[in-house]
Amino acid sequence: MVNKLFPKGRLVSLAVPLIAVSLGILIGAIVMLVSGYNPVLGYSALLSGIFSETYYIGETIRSMTPLILAGLAVAFAFRTGLFNIGVEGQVIVGWLASVYVGIIFDLPAIIHLPLAILVGALAGAMWGFIPGFLKARFQVHEVIVTIMMNYIALYTVNYLIRAYLLVPGERTETISPSASLASSFLQSLTDFSRLHYGFIVALLGCIIMWFILWRTSKGYELRAVGFNQHASMYAGMNVQRNIVLSMVISGGFAGVAGSMEGLGTYGYMSILSGFSGVGFDGIAVALLGANTAVGVLLASFLFGGLQVGAITMQSRAGVPTELVDIVIALIIFFVASSYLIRWIMNRIKKEGI
Amino acid sequence: MSYVIEMNNIRKEFPGIVANDNITLQVKKGEIHALLGENGAGKSTLMNVLFGLYQPEKGEIVVRGEKVRITDPNVANRLGIGMVHQHFMLVEKFTVTENIILGNEPKKGGKINIKKAAKEVEKISNQYGLRVDPHAKIENISVGMQQRVEILKTLYRGADILIFDEPTAVLTPQEIQELIGIMKKLVKEGKSIILITHKLKEIMAVCDRCTVIRRGKGIGTVDVSETNPDKLASMMVGREVNFGVEKDPAQPKEVVVSVKDLVVKDSRGVDAVNKLNLDMRAGEILGLAGIEGNGQSELIEAITGLKKAESGSILLNGKEITNMKPRRVTEAGIGHIPEDRHKHGLVLDFTIGENIVLQTYYQKPYSRSGALSYPEIYQKARALIKDFDVRTPSEYTPARALSGGNQQKAIIAREVDRSPDFLIAAQPTRGLDVGAIESIHRRLVVERDKGRAVLLMSLELDEILNVSDRIAVMYEGEIVAIVDADQTNERELGLLMAGGKKEKEGEPHGE
Repeated sequence: MVNKLFPKGRLVSLAVPLIAVSLGILIGAIVMLVSGYNPVLGYSALLSGIFSETYYIGETIRSMTPLILAGLAVAFAFRTGLFNIGVEGQVIVGWLASVYVGIIFDLPAIIHLPLAILVGALAGAMWGFIPGFLKARFQVHEVIVTIMMNYIALYTVNYLIRAYLLVPGERTETISPSASLASSFLQSLTDFSRLHYGFIVALLGCIIMWFILWRTSKGYELRAVGFNQHASMYAGMNVQRNIVLSMVISGGFAGVAGSMEGLGTYGYMSILSGFSGVGFDGIAVALLGANTAVGVLLASFLFGGLQVGAITMQSRAGVPTELVDIVIALIIFFVASSYLIRWIMNRIKKEGI
Repeated sequence: MSYVIEMNNIRKEFPGIVANDNITLQVKKGEIHALLGENGAGKSTLMNVLFGLYQPEKGEIVVRGEKVRITDPNVANRLGIGMVHQHFMLVEKFTVTENIILGNEPKKGGKINIKKAAKEVEKISNQYGLRVDPHAKIENISVGMQQRVEILKTLYRGADILIFDEPTAVLTPQEIQELIGIMKKLVKEGKSIILITHKLKEIMAVCDRCTVIRRGKGIGTVDVSETNPDKLASMMVGREVNFGVEKDPAQPKEVVVSVKDLVVKDSRGVDAVNKLNLDMRAGEILGLAGIEGNGQSELIEAITGLKKAESGSILLNGKEITNMKPRRVTEAGIGHIPEDRHKHGLVLDFTIGENIVLQTYYQKPYSRSGALSYPEIYQKARALIKDFDVRTPSEYTPARALSGGNQQKAIIAREVDRSPDFLIAAQPTRGLDVGAIESIHRRLVVERDKGRAVLLMSLELDEILNVSDRIAVMYEGEIVAIVDADQTNERELGLLMAGGKKEKEGEPHGE
């Protein structure tokens, strides 16, 4: 009985996000109808706003890039039993750190760019270290600490920019070209979208996360600690150190997500009036992607595409972009209530117990 | 003689498996009827059919001579059928009375009439000798008391047919005695009881008749007065069962582990192990007997590095291992079959293969310069699954999906395979069925004969007496006596465990 159930379980875990997405889109259509828009027109405009022109495709990939890395950050922590709500803050500190390195140094690109990304990762890692340490040493719940760390990051970074790095336009200087991910080749390929080399970094991130978790003995340890701390202790693992390490790696991914914004999309950092949203979207991406590297990639494509396509949907079909936020919220709602979907699927398959 | 419950020719299928195949169970009024079978034989399925949780594909249920259809537990309740679950369904923060009336609250003008309810609860409690305080909070009362609250819950709802699902699994020997008294009282007052169990001793002690099922099929119903444990066991397992463990006399050799003046505090900071001295020799199984909570767990945790020793020393092959990290202790040559296999023994969401290398994953050949080598891991797992007869669909199956006995076999395979000089087995057969127990006991003897020192900690006196060569009795953190297993009996051990001194031999004679 058990070995028959196993592949079925895998099928279910694939079906749940797909059904959630369909339900989200379906109810989104109803919302459009009720508020007086034509859903067919709206969605076709949305789709053409993702695929119809190379510009849109470039923009979609561009907006996917930080989402992938933020999603990996959340997924990595989740796989090791931790809930990293602090990705947003880690993104912000990583962003500033990368931009800072990009501005003050004058190095050959082959050194400058990797260094800037690395420093971004380190800054995010440091921001993850604090809640990890507090959790391991004093059992302070990481959710509380990471939420607070988000605010600390936001206002500290704003202060630092204002006090030391400000140029007209409420922002920092632009980074030197040797630290930039921007690519005139990619831009010309995509009709001058803001597409940059960062997506290669994001893809590498997916591979790195998969490799660490599933192919290294350290990853084995991290997952063991995530599932069962008592058994890990019994097996001779250092539970505390693994908790800290997990938050550090997670924060590192988030920091690189910030680098992508700083070194790729913008080339500078503005004073932020509020959270960038990348970190919080990362939570949704990880959830929809079932905390796997491939899932995060696919979910990022969906969310990135929706965000980019929304603009066309508004201009061409007159549907406000907020509707896309509603659809995204609905998808998250249905993924979160995956229990409901599983239950319905079981019902349809006729009481399988 | 009329039956209070008849389940005739019940058949219940699940996808790919027939859980109940043409089973008949007939319970007389006022009797305690045992339902005996190994884990997974279909006992719970049958009872869930009776309780309305499952609908049978075939067969009829007759209650007090009337044919009924039990479509959900509410119908069962109305028919006077109550279930005392193995895992209690109680709200920890509520009082006994609040728990009992939950879902069935007596109201007075929109308010719950708790006083009236408490009086009622007290009345029932006294009637059956349950002695439960209706105002105590669940979180403050013992497991045995909580079980009585479950019993009260069914009685309060007017049940006169009570199903007990493995009620003694969570109880201490003393609480078991009390429970047996309560069950006898219940039938005297006209209730009927179905007792689900795989413990033969309990059936012999308390039941009138016994229905045996094996792999979903009804094997038969017997009068307990006309049978014996051996006959019941062979009905249950389908072959002759050997209760006595066959072994040659032990040939103890050098001291492998030596514990001196060890002091360990428990989680509340009280001395749980109190200046304890104990030697364990190669080629010998030392039984560690004692009533739960007398420091046995703390002793083992201190040896394995999971708990800090306050003072004293632990030597393994003459080398100090006191307060070493668990990993160093494991590497020094100690195998540990932990008391709680779900909490400590396994990562349930890991595959069997991943669990097999829980302590060795970082060593060659499973890990090379930090990268795991899954082919090696799963090859090892396949070999151990075969050698130790772990019944699992594959080495890639999550440990969670295995039965308790097979989970335990996997743990033992892992611990034994490292060839430790010293093997600790803490409650290795708790909750397992007869077949698995037999195989685990045999494995411990095999390890002994290979020249390993084995420490067997168990709360089951039968197990201690059958498997050990020498028995150390622990009481209030000290070893109060060490006796040879073939020169003692249950009565003497029971006395020693309760703190009685051994007849004038002065100090315990374990050097």
